[in-house]
Amino acid sequence: MMLAQDAAANLSSGWFLEHAWLIAVVPGIGFFLILAVGKRIRDIKVGSLTIPGGGSMFGVASMAASLVLAAGTAYQWIQRVDSAGATHGALGSFGSSITGMLRAEGEGNYITPVVKSYTWWRQGGATFTIGSHIDGLSMIILLLVAFISTLVQIYSLEYLRGDRRYTHFFAALTLFAGGMLTMVLADNMVQIILGWEIMGLCSFMLIGHWWEDAANSRAALKAFFTVRVGDVGLLVGVSIIFFSANSFATKNGFGSGFDLQGINAWAQSGTASHTAILWGAVALFIACIGKSGQFPLHTWLPDAMAGPTPVSSLLHSSTMVVAGVYLVARIYPVFHTGLSINVAGSHFNLIAIIGGITIIIAAALAFVQTDIKKVLAYSTVSQLGYMMMGLGVGAWTPAVFHIFTHAFFKCCLFLCAGSISHSGSHHSFEMKKDMGGLRKKMPITFACWMVSTAALCGVPFFSGFFSKDEIIDNAHHAGYNVFWIIGLVGAFMTTAYMTRATYLTFFGKPRGAAAGEHDDAHGDAHDPHDLDVDDAHAVQPHAVAAHGSTTDDHAHQPVMAMARTVGDVADIHGDVDASDAEEAVHADDAHHAAEHDVHHGPHESPALITVPLVILAVLAFGSGYLNAAAFSIHKFTDWVSPIGGQFFPKIGEASGELPEAAFKWVNALPSILLVLAGFAVSAAVCISIYGDTAAPLKGITKRIAPLRWGYKFLFNKYYLDVLYEKIIVHGVAYPVSAAAYWFNQNVLDGIVNGAGKWARKSGLWIYKNVDQRVVDGTVNGSGAAARGLGSALRPVQSGKVNQYGALLFSAAAVAALVLILVNT
Amino acid sequence: MLTDHNWILTVGVFLPLAGVLIMLFIPKEEESLNKAIAIITAAVTLAVGIATMAWFKYGSDSSKLQFHVDVAWIPAIKSRYIIGLDGVSMPLYILSMVITLLVMIYSWDHIPEPGNAKAFMILMLILQTGMAGTFVAQDLILFFVFFEVVLLPMYFMIGVWGGEQRQYASLKFFLYTMFGSALMLVAFLALFFQTGAQSFSLEYLYAHSSMISTNVAVWIFAGMFVGFAVKVPMFPFHTWLPDAHTQAPTQGSVILAAILLKLGTYGFIRIAIPTLPQAAVKWAPVIGVLAVIGIIYGALGCLAQTDMKRLIAFSSVAHMGFVMLGISTLTQFGINAAVYGMVAHGLITGMLFFLAGSIKNRYHTLEIAKMGGILKRIPRLGWILGMCAMASLGLPGLAGFWGEFPAILSAYSPFHNDYVHLSQPLFRTLMVIAAIGTVLAAGYLLWMFQRVAFGEASPLIAGDVDADGNDLHAGAHAGDHAGDHLVGERGHGAVPFSVGAAGNADPHAEVHDVGIFEWIAWTPLLIGIVVLGAYPDLMFKVLNGSVTKLLAPVQALTGK
Repeated sequence: MMLAQDAAANLSSGWFLEHAWLIAVVPGIGFFLILAVGKRIRDIKVGSLTIPGGGSMFGVASMAASLVLAAGTAYQWIQRVDSAGATHGALGSFGSSITGMLRAEGEGNYITPVVKSYTWWRQGGATFTIGSHIDGLSMIILLLVAFISTLVQIYSLEYLRGDRRYTHFFAALTLFAGGMLTMVLADNMVQIILGWEIMGLCSFMLIGHWWEDAANSRAALKAFFTVRVGDVGLLVGVSIIFFSANSFATKNGFGSGFDLQGINAWAQSGTASHTAILWGAVALFIACIGKSGQFPLHTWLPDAMAGPTPVSSLLHSSTMVVAGVYLVARIYPVFHTGLSINVAGSHFNLIAIIGGITIIIAAALAFVQTDIKKVLAYSTVSQLGYMMMGLGVGAWTPAVFHIFTHAFFKCCLFLCAGSISHSGSHHSFEMKKDMGGLRKKMPITFACWMVSTAALCGVPFFSGFFSKDEIIDNAHHAGYNVFWIIGLVGAFMTTAYMTRATYLTFFGKPRGAAAGEHDDAHGDAHDPHDLDVDDAHAVQPHAVAAHGSTTDDHAHQPVMAMARTVGDVADIHGDVDASDAEEAVHADDAHHAAEHDVHHGPHESPALITVPLVILAVLAFGSGYLNAAAFSIHKFTDWVSPIGGQFFPKIGEASGELPEAAFKWVNALPSILLVLAGFAVSAAVCISIYGDTAAPLKGITKRIAPLRWGYKFLFNKYYLDVLYEKIIVHGVAYPVSAAAYWFNQNVLDGIVNGAGKWARKSGLWIYKNVDQRVVDGTVNGSGAAARGLGSALRPVQSGKVNQYGALLFSAAAVAALVLILVNT
Repeated sequence: MLTDHNWILTVGVFLPLAGVLIMLFIPKEEESLNKAIAIITAAVTLAVGIATMAWFKYGSDSSKLQFHVDVAWIPAIKSRYIIGLDGVSMPLYILSMVITLLVMIYSWDHIPEPGNAKAFMILMLILQTGMAGTFVAQDLILFFVFFEVVLLPMYFMIGVWGGEQRQYASLKFFLYTMFGSALMLVAFLALFFQTGAQSFSLEYLYAHSSMISTNVAVWIFAGMFVGFAVKVPMFPFHTWLPDAHTQAPTQGSVILAAILLKLGTYGFIRIAIPTLPQAAVKWAPVIGVLAVIGIIYGALGCLAQTDMKRLIAFSSVAHMGFVMLGISTLTQFGINAAVYGMVAHGLITGMLFFLAGSIKNRYHTLEIAKMGGILKRIPRLGWILGMCAMASLGLPGLAGFWGEFPAILSAYSPFHNDYVHLSQPLFRTLMVIAAIGTVLAAGYLLWMFQRVAFGEASPLIAGDVDADGNDLHAGAHAGDHAGDHLVGERGHGAVPFSVGAAGNADPHAEVHDVGIFEWIAWTPLLIGIVVLGAYPDLMFKVLNGSVTKLLAPVQALTGK
């Protein structure tokens, strides 16, 4: 499995590297323990400390163990890198001549992954493996997933305390970690599919965690189903790549065409058929579109906010949704070669285009959200677009680095939103209705939010600056100017919508729950600040998933609150079912009454929530300094990028070098200026729209027609949900399937029943006319056949089956005879 | 002749009949005794099966026919009693024993109307002999006899213990299958005569397949195709299946789905393809296209269903489509996947029918529209349903995946050697369509699960109305409830249902979660689904050698 150069390089290994599979197995064990005994475990009090029961400790403990193992693995991987004596620390940071020199020096210092594999299944002569494959990329993502999972589980101890399915929640969260870690560890494509789908399952379970509410189960179904549409590409792509790469991979000692190293080597070998690799790359990328919320399959991700906030922060922002990006990065040579990335003179490719579109359309949608989680969800979609675009322009390291930094700041933002809902807005996520002015009441949350927002916007010296700007800069450097501009525009938009969200949440006057009002008459409370809304209470449960505000657990009006429409949004989904809506509301209230009844007014959250927030906020600031090109720090590149003169294992002539931009402040200037501009413009607009009653721009989207149309278009999310849900899904689920079933019952079955009736009639006719009159008792060949036929058909009438054998054998004998005579 | 423990197959196949013999002397009033004897018989049969597994030689020997017996049987027509077990037969042989035992355990407290446990159990034991015999028979006439033995018990099971339309369904099942069987027998006889009328032994027929000209072989294959395709069932011969499944008692549905359908696919692998390789290559595109139509069509049929059991029945059409797609590629990948898919489908769909039966048992209906929120009332059963739905849609880590994914994979590169090849563009198109079928599978299964399991408990599930919509609280405070149950705060267990109110005992007064016999019957299946999903090599290593051997005649084709 290892290349000859591995031994030559004398790389160090270690226990953690060899046993990396434990990182994924431990949460798996945790999951089974929670399932088996979780519910029987009660809270244990040790002095003043309470150890929560319900099995959550298995989850936290297994994640902590996983984190330790992942940290050990990371440490030993770094040692391995150092043991290679690679000196490509300054790669991509200086002038091209120096870079070139260093690259030449680094040639041959490719650091071989540590692979452990075991037979999993076999076909024909081939055996296929399951195992672990540790290199820089998997090392850093393993660490990231284990780390964020641990923090989110700790956070959930408080956030989900007393939840009706507390044990289930931790079981699913732990299984998710196991699934994601399995995928990241994978040494082959089938294992990637395994982890990929387990994540999908957990996503389904966790989005639908409060499945009593139809909106939640709809969102869960939508998420699973949409991602599954993309997974068609995964199955097809893996098949294409397997058969195309298999002979090359086996010849060169990589096991099979599922093997990741084999696939990468094949893709770079120059022997790959361009058609095969192109189609393989396209098919696999479709899967990544689904999983990583890229346009046009991004629609599930905002709806996925129906899950509890820890789920949003873990699965739907920082870890699971980057799986698609991870897959592209993992077998990057396939995409790089297949889609002709960085080929001289190319300005577009599928990945960059999809990533670029995603950045802009998602950022635009973030402006019209009133639900804080949805702003963050669209922001996530947009940032995933950056990662994809980065990979699309050849900026591998910046894209992976953006996965890393984004995980911290976006997870932190979501957890801040959760903290607000938990302690500040009484379980609501409605910015316009239930928030405002919270900065004084929740200072820690506010500080963490601001740090993470700065990181997200790419404010200099915060982590996002070092990752996102590298992507933008590299797009320019590699000659993808269109995407450079898209990146800059995206940066502007990001700052603007985050400024709006920050303003609505933390500044201005407290409204609704943030002002301490949260009695149950709340749903009808008119929102004085809600300029665009006619408070049309045309409630449509069927559209909840599409238009619903997210609610955690016990929001008062999960259904009513979403009925904010301009014009005829409601008309599009005209079916109004008030009783359903009422049911949801009632269920929610009942539930609410049973649980949190001790909260009064906004206040800061307890330590189990704020400690993870602070840790993440520190990292949201500091994680950028692993690869701060502005300060010539390149640790991340050293440890993670599989380079050293070459990109992936190089076989044959093709070079895997990627262009990397050298950092210059002057290149970063446009984006810095745009971030400032985004902040200034947005702040001014927000104050004039959402400010006090005399705000000059209040109601502007109602008054000016083009703005109104634009708003409506955005509010309806480009009508993609209408297309998918009302036209395609509804079409298949109802008219198309009904037609198929009609065909089945009337045509196919009609033929069968008709044949039965016809045979019976003709049997009777033969019996009457031939057997009785013509043959009249004489037993000859045709007579026997007729009798056989007649008696076989009698059961149709009588229900008895008596002459089955006679009929069968006589008929068969006759037919056999005929067949033999004809053919000999 | 008795070497290598080769008595064990004969014992394993006919032991159930010994149980039948004993039961004949026990009056049918002795219900428990009858059930106990039947269960013990099935258990001992399974024990014999486990011993067979233990004595089976794995590794490179797994491709050989083991426990081989070859003795004279009907000299007049040159048919011999030849039985043997190889890697492809073994999993199915054992599966039939496991399923029969579990179904019998389940029957302990689930004998369907109109009762008569004795007859019911006897029929199942006869069925077991037929199924096990089919998987070990190595002679065409013997195979045919076992194949047909299965038919009558199942006919009576549906016809006597079935639902309201049992007469129609059972007759349709019987006549349809018989129609297929007749053509199949014709084909067997033709095969016999075309190879020199020497022997019905499969070994002989494999070796002499080249004696038949391609034109004749194509026609003989057609006969077998119809016979097996009806059994599978493949589109467009599937219309007996939804009716039979819907009307059959739970036990019948489970056995039908888990084992009987596999007789057809097994026939393709064991008989049709290796005896007529030259025709198999001609027919493969047709089979492939029909298989993929089945996948999509079955899925659409599922989406149209309002009855849960009928939905599961239609899903069989789609799943067997994947199996047939694998077979039609005539490759190692495809046929390995097909056999894996057969076993996985047996476990998963068998389990789904068990669940449907248990839900019907509790609520007396399977209409999806009336259900909702079963997770609220019977959470364990609900979660098992969720797990089986996930397994059925091919989630990796559960058994279904290993039948589905390699089948799709195999279609990318269908059979080809230096002389003969199947159309790549066609099969690659089929691959993509089949992959789209997995999306539809997710659609109908999760949609069903969502409607049945999620949400607040519906009036039926909550026990407010019965299956016909009659209010079980008989006006006591009818007005209050319409709104009440939405809030979900009423303690269901605490409401004493009055027996006389609705004229009969309240059916839900004792609605309980999974019961002890259900646990015993289901746990092995659930473990099987997880274990075969997590460690597929467990079965692939058994199958692999035999599949290679069965495909050897195809590999050897020279295109003449």
